[in-house]
Amino acid sequence: MAAVAGTEAVPAGQGPVTGEPARRGPAGGRRPRAAAAVRSSAWRWAVLLLAALYFLLPMAASLEFSLRDRDGGYSLESYRAIVDEPGFASALWTSVKLGLITVALTIGLLVPTMTLVHLRFPWLRRVIETITVLPLVIPPVVLVIGVLGAFEGAPNWLIGSPTILAFEYVILAMPFAYRSLDAGIGAIDLRTLVEASRSLGGGWATELFRVVLPNLRGAVLGACVLTLALVLGEFAMASLLLWSTFPTWVVQVAGTQAGVSVAVSVLSLFLTWALLMLLMFLGDRRGRRSTFLGGVPGG
Amino acid sequence: MGETTATADQAPGAVAGDDGRAGARAADEAGGGTGGALAVPAAGAVGIELRELHRAYGRVAALDGLSLTIAPGELVALLGPSGCGKTTALRALAGFERPDSGQILVGGIDITGVPANKRDMGMVFQAYSLFPNLTALGNVAFGLRLRGLAARRRRARAAELLELVGLADRAGQYPHQLSGGQQQRVALARALAIEPRVLLLDEPLSALDAQVRAALRDEIRSLQTRLGITTLFVTHDQEEALSLADRVGVMRAGRLEQIAAPEVVYAWPRTAFVAEFVGTVNRLPGRLDAAGTGSGGGTVEVIGQRLPVLEVGSSDRSLGQDVAVLVRPEAVLLAALDPAGGPEGQRDGAAAAPGVPGRVVQRSFRGAVTRVQVELPGIERAGVAGTGSAELTAAAAPGGPGGAGRSGLVVADVATAQVGDLAVGAQVLVSLADRPVLVTAP
Repeated sequence: MAAVAGTEAVPAGQGPVTGEPARRGPAGGRRPRAAAAVRSSAWRWAVLLLAALYFLLPMAASLEFSLRDRDGGYSLESYRAIVDEPGFASALWTSVKLGLITVALTIGLLVPTMTLVHLRFPWLRRVIETITVLPLVIPPVVLVIGVLGAFEGAPNWLIGSPTILAFEYVILAMPFAYRSLDAGIGAIDLRTLVEASRSLGGGWATELFRVVLPNLRGAVLGACVLTLALVLGEFAMASLLLWSTFPTWVVQVAGTQAGVSVAVSVLSLFLTWALLMLLMFLGDRRGRRSTFLGGVPGG
Repeated sequence: MGETTATADQAPGAVAGDDGRAGARAADEAGGGTGGALAVPAAGAVGIELRELHRAYGRVAALDGLSLTIAPGELVALLGPSGCGKTTALRALAGFERPDSGQILVGGIDITGVPANKRDMGMVFQAYSLFPNLTALGNVAFGLRLRGLAARRRRARAAELLELVGLADRAGQYPHQLSGGQQQRVALARALAIEPRVLLLDEPLSALDAQVRAALRDEIRSLQTRLGITTLFVTHDQEEALSLADRVGVMRAGRLEQIAAPEVVYAWPRTAFVAEFVGTVNRLPGRLDAAGTGSGGGTVEVIGQRLPVLEVGSSDRSLGQDVAVLVRPEAVLLAALDPAGGPEGQRDGAAAAPGVPGRVVQRSFRGAVTRVQVELPGIERAGVAGTGSAELTAAAAPGGPGGAGRSGLVVADVATAQVGDLAVGAQVLVSLADRPVLVTAP
């Protein structure tokens, strides 16, 4: 109702304020602004080009090197040789297995925790967020020793096998997975949805499996991809703990068979990329706005 | 701008005709089960009782001893400014908020400790409560699925409910493909699908635009009446509350200020807060007559007239003192004065009454009535206007139409058909209808 009475006061108060810049705008401002636009667009292209060179050049070089023949020509020899190289299958299988375990642990740990924190303990969000950044700051050696310390006295099948790496990787993947999930949760009205489910008679299992997970699909897929990509490429920890995973195998082969090792790298690059595309496609299939990779820091 | 139409609809008596086209259509479509009787509680309808609910957030008391009884099949609206505790009350009833003390009874059984998912209440939220990953049909079927209904039966039932809310053709669409009004209809169908004992509506219309809001409001009312579900409706929109509810409870600071039928709340507000929150009200300076005081009301002298005082119970008035008299715009009568000063156009026989001269400063057309602002020279506004009369405060501010801001302003609702001679700048005689008025401290 204030609007009715205010009709007279508003034009009187706003007139001089809005009027003047509008008059000044077109007369004085156009030409410099156009020039600035051209300049800024030139800069934009330059930066884009530099970035493209920075990322694409190494890839192109790797590809070219992996295709090179012993006699100076080009062939797929290196790629064919991958299969013959001893240890390839087992190393790859170890890494894939680790990746799957890590993904399961990460999602199983983060989704319920984040849901609970979001709904019940919102004041804990800052704390959780800070904790998830720590793995980026703490050197891998410290993490490795920390996890080993924490698992002291654990059964041998765990400590005595590469499976222990999965627990290390959960920590490493935390910053990325957290951010992806956090963006997903931020994009839906989680509280209302959960309350709606509860008022319809749903318990916590319904909440988690029928409401939270389906509506965080994109975010969960994003977290999965990031985690998987990280595990498939992690070298430092596996090497420190002396387990043979796919990345350590690649490095090992590089010492003797440079061509093969680069071929494997290129192959894994394309595989990861294909995986990413597949998941993006799955995440977007219903045409909903995607939260995929929404909050992931660049890199 | 939605408020512009408010005053016209608020007139007492405008509440009666709820059962419009939507109701008739819904009744036609009713297959079976609900009997179709109007305004009769359904067989299983239950009463609700909130007893002395307290809930504090830190030092702020959201509920401060709220007690409320809702009869089986009744629709009660809780109305109040934000932060008055109305939403907390609804959430306590839904089970999302646990009261610090007090009891909640549904059908005579204490459910204070029962978790939300076991309370059997359908709830419609403000907005964005549909599951984005499910179609309209899937959303409506959600609760039925949790109740273990077979796939075919829950589909049939969900389709039936979508038809009830007029969205049968949208069954396969996802929430983001539906408009705001359609989403709320689906949410309503979803809440009704589980055949709840109680329906809770948490400002379900507040996110919609005016036209959709009015249509859906009527539809909710006719559905509720037909199904006979005991319903609690929470809103900050007085028009909504007045037009929808059997009884309106006006809340302030965690307590009920008054609860009564809409007409009663509007015409006989128990406190100044209610008067000013529900509808627009003028504050005019008056003086209580010492004579005839006591619990019997007494009289008050205001702009040269003597009017009976509405009984107020625990009012803050003491006798023989300056007070503010609260007068609805439709109780302010205007008669045009010819330039010489004598009354000319005589309306309602009111020109015979004494009055004070004034000058029309603004007119706004509101359909059946036109709201006229009149400046009263020499009469200052009595006290600071409350929520309902924000208009007066704004208008009388320095620099406003009042110019110096010295003169008092009064707003009157005049039937548009009779407003012709009251042009801006015209001299008028202002008087008040002879009916009891509410007084408050200036």
